[in-house]
Amino acid sequence: MYYLEANNIVKQYASHKALDDVTVHVPENCIYGLLGPNGAGKTTLIRIINHITGPDSGEVFINGRLSVPSDVDNIGYLPEERGLYKKMKVGEQLMYLARLKGLSRIDAQTRIRQWLQKFEITDWEKKKVEELSKGMQQKIQFIATVIHRPRLLIFDEPFSGFDPVNANLLKNEILELRKEGATIIFSTHNMSSVEEICDEITLINRSHAVLQGKIGEIRESHKKHLFKIAFTQGTPPADTDLYNVVDTIGETTAIVRKRDKSVTNNELISALMQQCELTMFEEILPSMNEIFIDTVGENNNPDMLS
Amino acid sequence: MSKIPLIIESEYKSRVQKKSFIIMTILSPILLVLICCIPIFIEVFNTPDMRNVTVVDQTGLYRNVFENTDEYTFTYLDTPASTEQMREDAEPYAYIVITGNLLDNPSDMAIYSHKQTTTGFEAHVRNCMEEYLREQKLASFDIPNLQEIIDESNIKLNITSIRFDEEGDTQTSADFATFVGMASTLIIYIFLFMYGGMVMTSVMQEKTNRIVEVMVSSVKPFDLMLGKIISVGLVGLTQIAIWVLLIFGLMVGVGAIVGIPLLTSESASIAQSLNTAGAMATTPAVNPEMAEIMQTLSGINFTQIIISLVLYFIGGYILYASLFAAIGSAVDNDSDTNQFMVPVTIIILFAFYVGIFSAENPDGGMAWWCSMIPFTSPIVMMVRIPFGVGLWEIILSLVILYGSAIGMTWVAGRIYRVGILMYGKKVSYKELFKWIKYKA
Repeated sequence: MYYLEANNIVKQYASHKALDDVTVHVPENCIYGLLGPNGAGKTTLIRIINHITGPDSGEVFINGRLSVPSDVDNIGYLPEERGLYKKMKVGEQLMYLARLKGLSRIDAQTRIRQWLQKFEITDWEKKKVEELSKGMQQKIQFIATVIHRPRLLIFDEPFSGFDPVNANLLKNEILELRKEGATIIFSTHNMSSVEEICDEITLINRSHAVLQGKIGEIRESHKKHLFKIAFTQGTPPADTDLYNVVDTIGETTAIVRKRDKSVTNNELISALMQQCELTMFEEILPSMNEIFIDTVGENNNPDMLS
Repeated sequence: MSKIPLIIESEYKSRVQKKSFIIMTILSPILLVLICCIPIFIEVFNTPDMRNVTVVDQTGLYRNVFENTDEYTFTYLDTPASTEQMREDAEPYAYIVITGNLLDNPSDMAIYSHKQTTTGFEAHVRNCMEEYLREQKLASFDIPNLQEIIDESNIKLNITSIRFDEEGDTQTSADFATFVGMASTLIIYIFLFMYGGMVMTSVMQEKTNRIVEVMVSSVKPFDLMLGKIISVGLVGLTQIAIWVLLIFGLMVGVGAIVGIPLLTSESASIAQSLNTAGAMATTPAVNPEMAEIMQTLSGINFTQIIISLVLYFIGGYILYASLFAAIGSAVDNDSDTNQFMVPVTIIILFAFYVGIFSAENPDGGMAWWCSMIPFTSPIVMMVRIPFGVGLWEIILSLVILYGSAIGMTWVAGRIYRVGILMYGKKVSYKELFKWIKYKA
């Protein structure tokens, strides 16, 4: 069951196509990565889901039915460019944003208290936003994003601007929200965090969805049949019909590549065993970072739209 | 449920609670009243020194010509004093030396002093002497009752102007109509700029703060814009109301303290007579001057003017505030606003000048057309109304104004929704038109 389906979305701006026939299916209660270089069209897709702009063609379904503007009350959106009303007090600000999402004054008040207590920042309530540091403001903005307990959360680069301690705190909060049943879309450039928390991804490049699927499957399908092996000293393996040695690291470690992918790993191991005393055998799966760079290519000129 | 009331509430509250708003609202009327009262204060607290003036009248003809005033006391000396003597004696403020018959020889009078005398002093001396000499001269003609004849020949005209009206002819005053028209125009002109500018700054702040993306993920951009325009409008009305109350209160208060009936007694009677203005043709007023003022006031249709003022203010405000909101959304920083602000400023200034000249010719072609064109009508029509404008003209002009205001809000909404999310781009007019045509 998909919580969010965006089907064949096309969005044309005056000078360029921001999205060209992009389809994204986000399963319920999963953390979904939306990846891509700057200007690929991620933000446009997010804005279409949020009803900030409309698609030229294509449809968005939420929970199985066509999305309507009032659905935004069930979405929490943390934009990449953070902003708050600088002159407003923290409490007022959260109250305003919460009520705009349809919460009653009383509900909003209790939840603001809860969140401020959770982050141990209750004494900020009466402070003006401009008095807070950037990291503090980010926390406030995070609270504003989740305060109405939305079923769909969209985070655009949530970790940028956080120190490692707070980034970890935030990561745990996001995982907690998923446990409570929320579906989370996660747009980022930070590939290590994608590997860490995303279940599925879509990679958008130049207005097209170029890569989609579960993280494990993608890494599996992009593997280059490289293996890291270690062996006892003095018996370095030489190239055979089954594999060639790509690199030797020190005196006991080497990287070998299978010549033919139909060769099973066991066959490879026995071939290696004939040459040396194996102490370790490990397949090297490509990191999301490598896959990203390979797919997007080096010569991608970023666009103006951020 | 519409979220506009929430936006209005929050925007209104945060604006009214701002320190700058509170200070502006309270200080401006105080400053205004102070400026008005400065001359009164000066008069009250500035008690001048008594100055002695010695008149050395060698002819003996002009004793007691100079009247003593609060400032100057004149003493007369028949014996001629030499210049050295006068130089020695520094006590008198000045010496007036008369050496011959001034009727025959007008330059036989001189003023000596140690310090430069004031023009006021010279004028007083001149007036007293000239008046005396004129009487002397007239008397020398030896015509009986000459003074009365001259007095009678000084005729002061008192022109009554009466306007034909449906409810009966009313006495009016061209000066007063001009004053009322100008005042209303000025109010509308200032407030269009002030509060329109406030909307623009606020939109720009939201855009540069980047809060706007969070906002439009909760509310429709159009709702956000409309909420902002309405809340700033309400802030404006609040400010005007406070100003009116404060100015009135301060005037009465200061008047009472200083002991000058600025408004106290008169305003009470004016207010009283205004209530019965319609029925008042021959009010037994305290004095004839007062009666005349009353009659003029009753000739102006205040109900019509106040209702029109409010209607034109609201219509004009919505029209211009939408325009300002669109401009604010299209630009990134203050310096980029110029290319859009210049045309708007020219239109408003143009309207203001047409308004001023319409007071001379309220039914001229220029005035008529400009009171129909929505961008100028709030300013120009307010000048024309005190001179009497047909009801159908006002209604037509209001319909056009409100129609365009709604149209402008729609257009501004289309520009706004694209503009607020567009960064780092200098926008041209061509682009704005494209935005209007974009699909939502």
